[in-house]
Amino acid sequence: MSRKTKQRLKTACYHLFTIALAAFVFYPVLWLIASSFKPQSEIFANAHSLIPSEIRWQNYVQGWKGFGRTNFGVFFRNSFMITIISTVGQVGSSACVAYGFARINFFGKRLLFACMILTMLIPSQILMIPQYLLFNHIGWINTWKPLIIPSFFGVPFFIFLIMQFIRGIPYELDEAAKIDGCSRFGIFFRIILPNIVPALVTATIFSFYWKWEDFMGPLIYLQSVELYPVSLALRLFSDPAAVTDWGAMFAMSVASLIPVFIIFVLFQKYLVEGIATTGLKG
Amino acid sequence: MKILRSDHFAGYVFIAPWLFGFLAVTIAPIVISLYFSFTKYDILSAPQWVGLMNYETMFKYDYLFPQSLKVTFTYAFTSVPLRLLFALFLAVLLSQDRKGVGAYRTIFYVPSVFGGSVAVAVMWRQLFGINGALNSILTSVGAIDRSVGWLTEPKTAIWTLVALAVWQFGSPMLIFLAGLKQVPYSLYESAMIDGASSWQRFFRITLPMISPIIFFNFLVQIINGFMMFTQALIITNGGPFNRTLLYVLYVYRKAFTDYSMGYASALAWVMLVIVGVLTAVIFKTSSYWVYYESKGE
Repeated sequence: MSRKTKQRLKTACYHLFTIALAAFVFYPVLWLIASSFKPQSEIFANAHSLIPSEIRWQNYVQGWKGFGRTNFGVFFRNSFMITIISTVGQVGSSACVAYGFARINFFGKRLLFACMILTMLIPSQILMIPQYLLFNHIGWINTWKPLIIPSFFGVPFFIFLIMQFIRGIPYELDEAAKIDGCSRFGIFFRIILPNIVPALVTATIFSFYWKWEDFMGPLIYLQSVELYPVSLALRLFSDPAAVTDWGAMFAMSVASLIPVFIIFVLFQKYLVEGIATTGLKG
Repeated sequence: MKILRSDHFAGYVFIAPWLFGFLAVTIAPIVISLYFSFTKYDILSAPQWVGLMNYETMFKYDYLFPQSLKVTFTYAFTSVPLRLLFALFLAVLLSQDRKGVGAYRTIFYVPSVFGGSVAVAVMWRQLFGINGALNSILTSVGAIDRSVGWLTEPKTAIWTLVALAVWQFGSPMLIFLAGLKQVPYSLYESAMIDGASSWQRFFRITLPMISPIIFFNFLVQIINGFMMFTQALIITNGGPFNRTLLYVLYVYRKAFTDYSMGYASALAWVMLVIVGVLTAVIFKTSSYWVYYESKGE
């Protein structure tokens, strides 16, 4: 065998192997989408098939009606409200704090910074009960406040990410602005913010994902169905003891992933860079 | 006026949001929950001081406490190494300079984008359900005679959760890919001149060079693994026979089904200590298995 054919054979093997592996890994996603279009009779008979005998949009229409008097339009609106306000809060406050830590020398900075890094290691689930008791005490149960307001206190991961970016901006820019009579706030808004846009975009994507998928928070704090975000509604909707329309359940599962997928397609580059540079989990 | 214009003041203004949150929703709750862990508290009536009773119950009488720890350790210490191994394998596969590698990366990452969502958990439950796709495939190829209750068999239930965690290998894969790019090509060149095989190059160059990244990921993901909740609640809800009763799920039940807030606080504190100790141990031992480039130069 010549060297060239050997090389070609190797390439073919590589692609064949990778594609087979990709098909294996990707199968569940395709299966979910296929199931959302299947007629009820096909969901359990021949369950593994990826090709529905007919495309039943009716599943989506039925699913959208939700349960009780609340349809999925309400749940999606709730999710978007909670997610967008929280995301703005998380990214905005994190940028502020990052600037303070990265560029200003103040008393106790090193100690406070160490505290912040340490809190990155405390899983939020451990704080679940005391925070619940706290929010219960001030009457925030069954409102969006416990889901939204803590977002305005900065997120250590984002603060860290944005700080790395601010450190890359030449300090001479700050100095020049200062000489021109710019205040600290002027420097932050006019010099720093425009230069950290990529970091802000990355933080925004993660923030959106985390808030959109958040399940434990709504589960603990919300009682009224009309306040539910999609994640919590979907759980109720898919309760194995209550489901009758399986196609509709699959359809709403797919629908809940659409915003996530759109953002992935639009901002893939930022997402990949964000994960690669900070080790953040998507 | 002088104070208002000083750097000290400006610094605190900028970090104020975090500082307030740190004190009000992190430190204060942790301290308060330590107090509650010594009480009997059902929210409706005032907390009642019971001393060490909660901790005594936990370590002496409550058989679900060791059970949930066992489940959690099993889950974290199987799913994380498997996931990292799979991620590393794919990262090496996709770090080659070939056509279409970019598209492959995207395809392999998509399942992780959907990550911890309820929809994925619902899908997983159906996939492994008694009438699910897995049974359907295995029956049609003749691997099994009749459907297996993957989620209801005590032996297999936890592995469906592990499988889901491994399936979401996308983030570590991307992190490893970035790490592999940082390895200087000159190292491989000189190794090739010395006649090193590709296996040798992997174990002697690649692996040591990216070991700090593997270490960091291992640490973060073990802690994340300990905190698994959403998917466990939806897919198996602790069953069968508490074989998938992950720790956070147990804490959640104690707190929000039984309303034993005092006991649940004690459980949370034990987990905080475990996470702290584990982090310290992993950090302390890291020098044995992590290669930092600056060393020995």
